[in-house]
Amino acid sequence: MQKITKEMLIDKATELLNNGTVSLVLGWKKGEYDYDVTPGVFESVEELKKDFVFGDFSAANLSKYLVKKTEKLEGKILVFLKPCDTYSFNQLLTEHRFDREKVYAVGVQCDGMVDIEKVKKIAGDGILSVDCNGEDIVVKTLYNDDMTIAKADVLAERCANCKSKKHVAYDELLGESGEVIDSNRFDEVEKLEKMTADERFAFWQNELSKCIRCNACRDACPACTCEKCVFNNPNSGVENKSPANSFEEKLFHIIRAYHVAGRCTDCGECSRVCPQNIPLHLLNRKFIKDINEFYGEYQAGAEVGSRAPLVDYTLNDLEPGEVFDRGDENA
Amino acid sequence: MQMKEYKPLIVAFCCNWCSYAGADLAGNNRLNYPAEVKIIRVPCSCRVNPMFILRAFQRGADGVIICGCHPGDCHYTSGNYFTRRRMAALFSMLDFLGIEKERTRVEWVSAAEGAKFAATMNDFVEKVVSLGENKRLEDLRCKR
Ligand code: SF4
Ligand code: SF4
Ligand code: FES
Repeated sequence: MQKITKEMLIDKATELLNNGTVSLVLGWKKGEYDYDVTPGVFESVEELKKDFVFGDFSAANLSKYLVKKTEKLEGKILVFLKPCDTYSFNQLLTEHRFDREKVYAVGVQCDGMVDIEKVKKIAGDGILSVDCNGEDIVVKTLYNDDMTIAKADVLAERCANCKSKKHVAYDELLGESGEVIDSNRFDEVEKLEKMTADERFAFWQNELSKCIRCNACRDACPACTCEKCVFNNPNSGVENKSPANSFEEKLFHIIRAYHVAGRCTDCGECSRVCPQNIPLHLLNRKFIKDINEFYGEYQAGAEVGSRAPLVDYTLNDLEPGEVFDRGDENA
Repeated sequence: MQMKEYKPLIVAFCCNWCSYAGADLAGNNRLNYPAEVKIIRVPCSCRVNPMFILRAFQRGADGVIICGCHPGDCHYTSGNYFTRRRMAALFSMLDFLGIEKERTRVEWVSAAEGAKFAATMNDFVEKVVSLGENKRLEDLRCKR
């Protein structure tokens, strides 16, 4: 498998800008540090040369930015999408959030992204650079000697449990597109399900009480694109503020996860951006797992135009009470 | 000092076209059900936004029950089918967070089922009383 480099992406973008196919490029931009990569919009080849990056930290899912960026756009915008990002892309199209005609999508092969928090845990503070060569990453730090770490040990959670290497939407591909993977992504959810209600409550109280209500999880989520959000409404009682008690801790998280239930593609952005490292993906995956079990396998974004399970029904659906009877049988 | 007797607060969202009338019928027939059940009339069971349920818990409810028309009998044809899916997912999630599953319920009660209404409420209240006060979703500032 060939390695996809930043130069290849820059060349592609340059070509499309120069031949007039697109007028804007949505990609990844270098932040203060190498590992500090943020989404960025580029208007010219000079800007691309200066700031464009692609590598092990290009984790950000760019699809959501298309909503705002295509609003007033004349012409087309180029966007780079990793396999999991293409699911969000399709989901946004399903919800009519942007005009497909205005987008030129380039699918990029993905070898998994690195979680800098995991690197920090192993290599310590003062990281100067992180370089990847295939299976290993080399970390240079201020205080210690260079360190070589297996990439598999520092893979982002969502990549360690990657559900698909297949691009479900693109105009053009860079590198190869893989297959849908039978991952272990529900293992953690199952572990929690096996606990007693008391243990689960303790687990979540511990996790959710860390939340500072920065709303980053909502802001990064490609399924959260409402113009008006209940969390911005001062009359909702759930407007931005640090949770004061057990109720408020839960409220925000239940509502956030519930709102994307059936539409969440399990892209993992919410957990990635959480500064408090709260495992939000477990809430989303619980919904995904339940929906799969109650109403049949469903992957949001696998195709454009599919009907989300919670806005659909059949005449013989499971009764809410049966959900638990079923659970007891499993226990 | 004597402990105040524990009285649960139960919120029942009742569909206007069925269970609300079912509650009336229970009353007309002098069937007993606990006075702690506070009924909120909704135009259809699917009018119940998940936020309503969480809000009820915030304001001190110990249990929340939704009553609607039997599947197939919804006044708006399909409202209760959506309720069924939504609440199955929501209640499962509440359980996942460790909130006792006995505190939430969905029941289909028609306008002719006064007896079922009373029986359902008696049973539900009994279960909630055995759990005691709602501590897991409490908001102390809103406590009675
Ligand atoms: S809820 Fe999280 S995992 Fe799901 S689509 Fe939104 S950001 Fe991605
Ligand atoms: S990103 Fe994390 S800390 Fe911020 S609101 Fe979401 S869960 Fe809370
Ligand atoms: S009208 Fe009664 S549930 Fe819809």
